Amino acid sequence: MPALKPGVRAPDFSLPSTPDQKVALTEFRGQPVVLVFYPADWSPVCSDQLALYNELGAEFSEFGAQILGVSVDGVWCHNAFSKDRKLHIPLLADFEPKGAVARLYGVYSESIGEAERALFVIDAEGIIRWSYVSPMGINPGADGIFKALESLAKKEKAAGVLN
Amino acid sequence: MPVSARDHAAGPADAPLSLVEYGDYQCPYCGAAYPVVKQIQKIMGKKLRFVFRNFPLTQAHPYAMIAAEAAEAAALQEKFWDMHDLLFEQQTFLEPDIIPLWAKKIGLDLKRFGEDIRDGAVAKRIKEDRQSGIRSGVNGTPTFYINGARYDGSPDVESLLAALQSELAIRATA
Repeated sequence: MPALKPGVRAPDFSLPSTPDQKVALTEFRGQPVVLVFYPADWSPVCSDQLALYNELGAEFSEFGAQILGVSVDGVWCHNAFSKDRKLHIPLLADFEPKGAVARLYGVYSESIGEAERALFVIDAEGIIRWSYVSPMGINPGADGIFKALESLAKKEKAAGVLN
Repeated sequence: MPVSARDHAAGPADAPLSLVEYGDYQCPYCGAAYPVVKQIQKIMGKKLRFVFRNFPLTQAHPYAMIAAEAAEAAALQEKFWDMHDLLFEQQTFLEPDIIPLWAKKIGLDLKRFGEDIRDGAVAKRIKEDRQSGIRSGVNGTPTFYINGARYDGSPDVESLLAALQSELAIRATA
C-alpha cells in the first residue's frame, strides 16, 4: 500500500509513549499534528532528523503544531534514546503488533521491518494535508513541513474571515 | 536565501562558485568539516566564495549559542573569521568563561564585545540565519549549498571538490 495522500482522514491510533502512558491521535484535534515516521532509534540519519525537529520546538509551536515521532522501537528503547539525545518530542512505540500504525499509513517496509522515513501534516480536523516519503538515507529537513503548516494557517485564516 | 552583503563571506564577490555552510561551532561534524573547507578554499582560490551562516543546535550543544554569539560579536569588530577559525580549532573549549579569553586573544575590545552580545542584535542575526536555513532545507549540521543547491554528498575534500568542479564545468558551458 502506498503512503496515504493529502485529503484522506488520518487513521486513528493509540500508542505507548512511555511504559505507562499512551498517546492517541484524537487528543490533538483542534491543532495541527506533524507525524514523523522514522526507521529506528539510534541510526545516524534519524537522529539528526529528530535532533533538527527537537531544535525547532519554538517554530512548531508558533503554528500550535504537535510533533510526534513514531518507530517500531519499544518504549524502553525510546526512553533511553530520548534521554541520550535530550529530545522533547514524544516518541511513540509502534512495537506491538509491530508496525501496525506504519502499515495503516502505508509507510511500513516489509523487507526491512521498519517504518519508512515519512512525514504527514494533519490538520485540526484530522485530515492529512501533506505527506512525504523520503528516499532511504536522506534526511528530509523541515522546509516541507513548514510550508504545509503555513498553507494550513492561511486556509484557516481565510475560513475565519468567511465565517 | 541568496548570498548577500549581510553574509560573512570569504573570497571574491564575483566568484563563479559559492559554497554556503550552515553550521554549529560545537557540532563535531562541523568541526571535522572545518579543515575540509579550508583546504577547498586553498585549492579553488579565487573561483570560490565561502559563506558561513549560523545554525546552532542548542538542544544538543549547550555552548553552540554562545559560540555563535561570540563569532557574530567579533564580526561587529571586523574579526568574524578570526573568531570563526579559533572556535573551530578550539572546539572543545567553548565554555562561557573561556569565550572572553578567545576574544582577548584575537584582540577584540572586550567591553564592546560583552555589550554587543547583551544588546541582542547578534542573537537576532543568528535567528535570521536559522530561519533562512530551515526554509532552505537544512537537515542537520553542517549543511552545504553549492550555488544555491543543497549538497547531499559526503563532506570530505574529494567529494566536495568534485561537486564544485562539476558545477564549474556546467557554468563554463552554459
